[in-house]
Amino acid sequence: MITLESVSKRFGQQPVFTDVDLHLEQGEIIVIIGPSGTGKSTLLRCINFLERPEAGHITVGDLRVDARRASRADILALRRRTAFVFQNYGLFANKTALENISEGMIVVDKLPKAQAYARAREILERIGLADKADAYPASLSGGQQQRVGIGRAMAANADVILFDEPTSSLDPQWVEEVLGLMKQLAAEQQTMIVVTHEMQFARDVADRVVFMDEGQIVEQGPPEALFTNPQDERTRRFLRKILAPTGQALP
Amino acid sequence: MLNVEYMWDLLPVLLSYLPLTLQMASIAMVFALIIACLLAVVRVSKVPVLNGAALLFISFFRGTPLLVQLFLFYYGLPQLINALISINGVTAAVLGLTLHFSAYMAESIRAAIVGIDRSQTEAALSIGMTQSQLMQRIILPQATRVATPTLMNYYIDMIKATSLAFTLGVTEMMGATQKEASGSFLYLEAFLMVALIYWVVVEVLSWGQRRLETHLNKAYQR
Repeated sequence: MITLESVSKRFGQQPVFTDVDLHLEQGEIIVIIGPSGTGKSTLLRCINFLERPEAGHITVGDLRVDARRASRADILALRRRTAFVFQNYGLFANKTALENISEGMIVVDKLPKAQAYARAREILERIGLADKADAYPASLSGGQQQRVGIGRAMAANADVILFDEPTSSLDPQWVEEVLGLMKQLAAEQQTMIVVTHEMQFARDVADRVVFMDEGQIVEQGPPEALFTNPQDERTRRFLRKILAPTGQALP
Repeated sequence: MLNVEYMWDLLPVLLSYLPLTLQMASIAMVFALIIACLLAVVRVSKVPVLNGAALLFISFFRGTPLLVQLFLFYYGLPQLINALISINGVTAAVLGLTLHFSAYMAESIRAAIVGIDRSQTEAALSIGMTQSQLMQRIILPQATRVATPTLMNYYIDMIKATSLAFTLGVTEMMGATQKEASGSFLYLEAFLMVALIYWVVVEVLSWGQRRLETHLNKAYQR
């Protein structure tokens, strides 16, 4: 289970968000939606301290970290309990697909190489890229690269996988295969927090949808309730704007 | 006219000094690389105090002529530090070359490190790697590839710069040429011959450089 308690972050004098609370049970899938620039990605990046929050507590599994006095060891421990999928994949350009996936198991989890490779091959099989084990990122399509990015996150055996707009950099033809893989993970009860603009995905897969605006969690709830009957005017306005061009029913 | 026969006779004589030239350059290159990597990492990670020291070091060794630095090490420093009185020309030259070129190389390595996509750094940190694992396994291998052509150019520069060691009384290839020429008075032939030798050595290295680059770029081809 994951808990954020009054987590705050600002860039210089500019607050990004203040006193955000969020709680997830194990196996829960949360999708965070909202206008650009409202701190969704920053919130996600604060969970593993890619951005350092100024205040608040973050709990992942049995580890509770106070943002004010987080030590280097705390941050490392937090990162070992979480995994992150980046908008721009962030694959290691000097490593093959197999090595990208096995790297963390070898370097961080100190698994013997043979064992790490064997597990990486299993993961490649699951993400449908068994034949690309020895391919370098530069030779993979955007969709394949992002699947490797997700594979790397799977290899971390983390309590939660954080997805930061995983399909936003993809050409439209690759979006489905990435979302498909994420659905597959969701079906396996992988705990995840997803920041995305893919409303259909949120509707189909999320246990709970969180709407953020201007550094606040405005409203959250089961997808059908939130999409069809939002309680807050800001949520309604946002959903209307983003759903209208897709032809989905408007709240 | 050019005394070609004399040039041919001179060739083996000068070539016998080539190993010393290459040795000086290679030893200096190895130490310069180590120092440059340390300087670059200090600069990139902005280690307090050390960063300022690195900046000063780089500024001095890039801002003053190599010849001045060599004279400082060979003639100047022993005045200050007694133990250096016995410093020989080869050691002083290698020391000077090392420090001088490490300053330049640090800047190319730093640029190569900074040029690596930030998302790879974040990805490495996100799976729980430490800063030093990130450097060793992700950043430096890629920075090496980016910096290799430039570093090879510095190595080539270094080989040519060893010729300055003759001003410290070292009989390396240039010093030997000088001696031969002043005995025979055939200055044109002697210096032309040594120029040709440097040229051929550099060309061979450039060929190696191109092969190395092709090899290093293999992983990055689409």
